[in-house]
Amino acid sequence: MAKAVNIADIATIIRSKNAKPFLFTLDIFFDNLEHYEKAVKSGVINKKLIAGMYQLENEEKVEIYNFAQAWAIKITIPRAVASGGIGDTDIYGAQQHAPLYSLKIPI
Amino acid sequence: MDEIRILTPNGSIGSGFPEELFAEGMKRNPQAIAVDAGSTDPGPYFLGKGLSISNKRMIKRDLEILLLARDKNNIPLLVGSACGPGTRSTLEWTVNIVKEIAREKNLHFKLATIPGDISKEFLKNALKQGKVRTFESAQALTAEEVDRAANIVAQMGVEPFIEALKSKPDVIIAGRAYDPAMMAALPIMHGFDEALAEHMGKILECGSMAAEPSSGFEPILGTIRKGYFLVEPMNPKSRCTPKSVADHSLYEERNPVKAGLPGGTLDLSRTIFEQTGRMTRVSGTKFVKDAYTLKVEGAAKVGYRTVFIAGVRDPIMISQIDYLIAEVTKNTKAFFRNAAEDFRILFHIYGKDGVLGKAECLKDARPFELGLIGEVVAKTQELASTICGYLSHLSMHLDYPGCKATAGNLAMLYSPENIDAGEVFEFNIYHLVEVESPIALFPISFEEI
Repeated sequence: MAKAVNIADIATIIRSKNAKPFLFTLDIFFDNLEHYEKAVKSGVINKKLIAGMYQLENEEKVEIYNFAQAWAIKITIPRAVASGGIGDTDIYGAQQHAPLYSLKIPI
Repeated sequence: MDEIRILTPNGSIGSGFPEELFAEGMKRNPQAIAVDAGSTDPGPYFLGKGLSISNKRMIKRDLEILLLARDKNNIPLLVGSACGPGTRSTLEWTVNIVKEIAREKNLHFKLATIPGDISKEFLKNALKQGKVRTFESAQALTAEEVDRAANIVAQMGVEPFIEALKSKPDVIIAGRAYDPAMMAALPIMHGFDEALAEHMGKILECGSMAAEPSSGFEPILGTIRKGYFLVEPMNPKSRCTPKSVADHSLYEERNPVKAGLPGGTLDLSRTIFEQTGRMTRVSGTKFVKDAYTLKVEGAAKVGYRTVFIAGVRDPIMISQIDYLIAEVTKNTKAFFRNAAEDFRILFHIYGKDGVLGKAECLKDARPFELGLIGEVVAKTQELASTICGYLSHLSMHLDYPGCKATAGNLAMLYSPENIDAGEVFEFNIYHLVEVESPIALFPISFEEI
């Protein structure tokens, strides 16, 4: 049985940012190709999980990209409020990644 | 021409860059200096107001170094999205700074300016003809929204820059532009591969962010040749590695391998990144042509804001914070019911869910301290100020279950406690518009300085 580790133990970068004013994009960079491939293969990061994590009604709005050249997984989600609109709490989208720290990846 | 070297001082004019590193770049004899000067990242206020996102002192500092360097080497300087939202007002503001520097330093040059504003008539016509596409905002554009916008700009592609370059200007200052356009224009004009030129522009436009260590405040040199390009940070202690450059493909992008740009999509799925000394060699990027579209951005005013900032340290008050917020909101709405349509009340509770809101995963955390922002957005500043005054006073003194601290609920941070924060805008246009000509909307004018 594979043991699961905290994502922060195998990721060098976990971050979020606006991808232009209407989207948040969340990037997870792994520390090596092997951990990246295990994370992708595990399927832990999937549309349903992300939709639940960010309280999105429609999981089809979640986009997940695996990018082997950078050992990275990118997640892009719609913003509830566009950058700077009434009720937005993160103009640059720089602190939206925090829930990702709760992920555990089997390695 | 075997190669073109483009020097970019930083990720955005006005953010500063080390002069000695820029001088290193100039020693490589670049054929152009190209830099981005704007962004939508700081939010819709700047587009709505038509104001720069940076202070004049910083813009002037950066521009002065660039204008002196371009004069010495007699090469063009290309600046896009000047300065911030890239409206006509911020373009003129930037041009005035350029002229001020020219007077002070006795510089003479041929200046081209290219505004990026879009008229409401044009956009409404495009709407009627079905040329407007909805994408990331997920809201179809209407004529009413076009009318509501305070300012509307479109991101010009490389074509208006190339058109201007044909008249051999020394300095080009453009309004809103697709970020890589300034870096890609000269190479594309000289017949270098469009995909590689645009990709090189995408890397350069952030300064040395694609280097290791990463810095958007340091210069970077791009060298394009037949079949590939090279990127090299000007800080001798940094390197561009295949990993650092590939990593950068993700930055602020929706998709790491496909990027929409005026006229098509840049496809990085077969891109090859290779190490060459301190540089990274990039090849294999493809450009998939499509109908020519421009990204149009508009911002509309939605009201005026007043806020108060307070801390909460009493543990019983902290445990009753939801009660307090619900009661003061209900009570304030009832008091101002005659203006019910004209205002909104918002609370941001740092230490509870101030950043993530309903996505906050730590529901049962017991903080020892909370930061509280009360916010009113109303039709006029006077109304926002009045309602926020009522709201903050009530929040301070409302009785709550179990209250022992009967002298006040909040540690108010400032006097005056209610802060008028001015106009509030929202991005109400963020759409793609199909156009027949990539240059027709962007009139170029020339001036001898």
